[in-house]
Amino acid sequence: MEKRISISVYIVIFVFVIFLLKLWYLQVIKGGEYKKVAEQNRLRTIQIPAPRGIIYDNKNNALVKNIPSFDISAVKEDLPRDPETLSALSNLLRLAPEDIEERLDRSPVNTLEPVKLKQDVSLKEAARVEARMIDFPGLQVDVVVSREYIYEHINSHVMGYLGRLTLEQVKGSDYRDVPKKAFIGQMGVEKIFDKILRGVAGKKIVEVDAIGRKTRVVSLQQPVKGKDIKLTIDIKLQSEAANALTDKTGAIVALDPHTGEVLALASSPSFDPNLFSRGIHYRDWAKLITDPQKPLLNRSIQSQYPPGSIFKIITALAALEEGIITDKTIVTCTGAVFEGRLFRCWKKGGHGKVNLHRALVESCDVYFYEVGKKLGIDKIAKYASAFRLGMPTGIELNSEKHGIVPSTSWKRQTKNQRWFPGETLNTAIGQGYLSVTPLQAVQLMASVVNGGTIYRPHILKNSDYSDYGKNRIRIKRKHLELIKKALLGVVSEKKGTGLMAHSDIVRIGGKTGTVQVVGGGKVTEDSVEKYRDHAWFIAFAPEEKPEIVVAVFVEHGGHGSTVAAPIAKRVIETFYKGRHS
Amino acid sequence: MIDRRLLKNFDWGLLAVVLALSLLGIMIIYSATRPILGAEHQPFYLKQFYWIGVSLVCFFIAVTVNYMWFIRFAYLFFIFSFFLLIAVLLIGKEGMGSQRWISLGFLTFQPSELFKVFFIMSLSCYLSNREQEISLGLRDLLKIFLVFFIIPVVLILRQPDLGTVMMLLFICASIVLTAGVKRKVIVVAVIIGLISLPFVGNIVWGGLKEYQKQRIIAFINPYVDSQGYGYHINQSKVTIGSGGFWGKGYLKGTQGPLRFLPERHTDFIFSVFAEEWGFAGNMILFFIYLFIILRGFDTAKRARDPPGKFLALGLTYMFFFYFFINVGMTLGIVPVVGVPLPFMSYGGTALLTNFFALGLLINVRMRRFSLFY
Repeated sequence: MEKRISISVYIVIFVFVIFLLKLWYLQVIKGGEYKKVAEQNRLRTIQIPAPRGIIYDNKNNALVKNIPSFDISAVKEDLPRDPETLSALSNLLRLAPEDIEERLDRSPVNTLEPVKLKQDVSLKEAARVEARMIDFPGLQVDVVVSREYIYEHINSHVMGYLGRLTLEQVKGSDYRDVPKKAFIGQMGVEKIFDKILRGVAGKKIVEVDAIGRKTRVVSLQQPVKGKDIKLTIDIKLQSEAANALTDKTGAIVALDPHTGEVLALASSPSFDPNLFSRGIHYRDWAKLITDPQKPLLNRSIQSQYPPGSIFKIITALAALEEGIITDKTIVTCTGAVFEGRLFRCWKKGGHGKVNLHRALVESCDVYFYEVGKKLGIDKIAKYASAFRLGMPTGIELNSEKHGIVPSTSWKRQTKNQRWFPGETLNTAIGQGYLSVTPLQAVQLMASVVNGGTIYRPHILKNSDYSDYGKNRIRIKRKHLELIKKALLGVVSEKKGTGLMAHSDIVRIGGKTGTVQVVGGGKVTEDSVEKYRDHAWFIAFAPEEKPEIVVAVFVEHGGHGSTVAAPIAKRVIETFYKGRHS
Repeated sequence: MIDRRLLKNFDWGLLAVVLALSLLGIMIIYSATRPILGAEHQPFYLKQFYWIGVSLVCFFIAVTVNYMWFIRFAYLFFIFSFFLLIAVLLIGKEGMGSQRWISLGFLTFQPSELFKVFFIMSLSCYLSNREQEISLGLRDLLKIFLVFFIIPVVLILRQPDLGTVMMLLFICASIVLTAGVKRKVIVVAVIIGLISLPFVGNIVWGGLKEYQKQRIIAFINPYVDSQGYGYHINQSKVTIGSGGFWGKGYLKGTQGPLRFLPERHTDFIFSVFAEEWGFAGNMILFFIYLFIILRGFDTAKRARDPPGKFLALGLTYMFFFYFFINVGMTLGIVPVVGVPLPFMSYGGTALLTNFFALGLLINVRMRRFSLFY
């Protein structure tokens, strides 16, 4: 046992030596470094957040406000914790004493970090607290600026929302100047133009004296407010579009066909971006991301659907340009075509003898089956690509989908299969592999009616931030005119599929599209919603020199003619009412 | 009761060193809790002064009564403190996320501190009542584990007081190993320990409170959350390191009074000392503690009988592990668990316990010659 005690003595001495070595390392080798850190501990930097720039619509209506609000917090170490102080404080703040205790106890270990006791108090209450502050050491009132989105869910997918920096953003270089706790744009315009909007945070460096807490302002750098931006969005039109989609799932996009300016961009269901402005509650967040309808999804650019009959515009133009048809070419529709299997027209019994005009007005499938057969898939794909389908439009918003334009090489590359002739027929009427976003659909409409020019869709009005491209499609004017005339017929002629878009205020042209969700089966208006067809309508107005183009898409809406067309009319009429009042 | 021959053997040197250490403690507490301008000085240093007075009374009792008397009634003390531990859980006061204190109205105390000494007394009693020449077998170890160790540890973990559990584990293991364990048993124990480590680790980890887990994570990597739980460790290192070789000088430290360092007058008092007194001061402080501990081992070697031997040994280990865990955590070598620095940290119960332990230690040393008895 004596021996074992001696061993213990050696172990103890060994530990002391190790500790001394560690002390030598900390105090002598690293001493200078730590001395500096300790010095810096005496300087405290207080971030002063910069007010974000205001976002306006194209008529200078503010879409967002910066609301000053007040937070009351306390430095835990300074606040006396005796029952009297606590109950007085609970009276002052109108919070239960247990609540105050709980908040203080939940706070971080760093006891100098102020703990938020109450958020968003009114100016009156802030003043009341300020007046009694002398009785409560450690209590402080902070001014914070919170973002209020005036139109709530109406234009949330355009505006986006604010959030704290994510871990990747903290590490990355784009947000290096942003204070770690700042709110920045995390979606939509708020995110894309964050650099312009966010401004420069101010900084107050305060010295803490070595003998006490008496502080001195070492330097003060006032925050610089972010720059305002103006959008191309017309909030009146936007509201109408959003309201037209209430209780529906889908998207509406309206453009100025001669500039590519986005006048309205709505997606439904939507969300209230105000939920995010002061940090979203996890319950609200969970609700948003678990909702099967995905309200955060911007369907106008992030959802891709088969275009259905609106694609017949492309098939028709391709055939005209390639000289396969003229406006006089006649096809007899008997209700179906055989190509490996039977391909039916939507109209039982067929349309009889149809030319191009009637084929578009009445949306005859057989006409386009025959035309498509003659064209071949790669010609169709060539013209679809010329109209920028299958590639992102390049709008400033994030995560835009590109859609799909199938071709023989596409199929070989993605599916490693050869192309079947029957698939050409499907593609010719906008079904099958084809898919487009509502924004691409409206861009197509724009270039048909503006004489074949692609303007990059954009939502920022002041063009000094970005150069918006312009591209001409090599296509004959007179072919475009033929299509345009047919599209006017769709809405105005007796057998037109878009009659429900007919307006007494302005002459509208357009094309319906109905996308079958379940192949083959008979699908009716009243069938279960998830099996119901998707409804498309793309439209323009007025007849001469169109000023607005609109795409309406309603998921599982039913027929394009009965569901989407009236919505397009509503949006266009609002545009004209606004213009003439 | 105390005769002159005993007085002659009284270890005045050890008492003087410890008293000096306690007074140094008051000085550091005074410095650490220096007020911010305009505020009143919190009277921690005064309270500590009164506690030293009370502790000296305890010390006096521990020295005068023959230590055999304490050994004889060790189990009674043990059961008494056992009830105190239950009482803590029932009527104890909460603070910092755990329930460790019993309030007596005018003062509060922490039974888990006192328990350590009673635990050592009981263990000494048990170990000295068996044949000294035979190494401890598996049955002895199981008995010690089940009777003395497991129930109090569970009760203390309920508070929870990880520091005390760690102390008890270290003290118990050290005493038993020094007493001698059969080699076969050690080998088997090590193997079983290694195999069951993942399971036990899992259970222990699952039973920890969130703040304890965070502290352990912060210990492994303090930079994970330098404003949160890594904060303790980082600020402690900054405090110590910024002292340099000669220190900033008494009352010249900034980290403590400016509150960058949490719990600066209790568990992190060593950091405050190191900042103001530097590496030079630390060497002296280390020599003081080393002196106390080596004196303890010496006492154990010279004790006249097994109870005295085990008692001195246990108390010495207790002082050592207090020092080891406390200083180790301020240096970032040991995870942050609430263990005070003996004789220096602010805290009445710990002071009282340590002076009581010191009394017992000096008691054993004083009565080392059976001849005079």
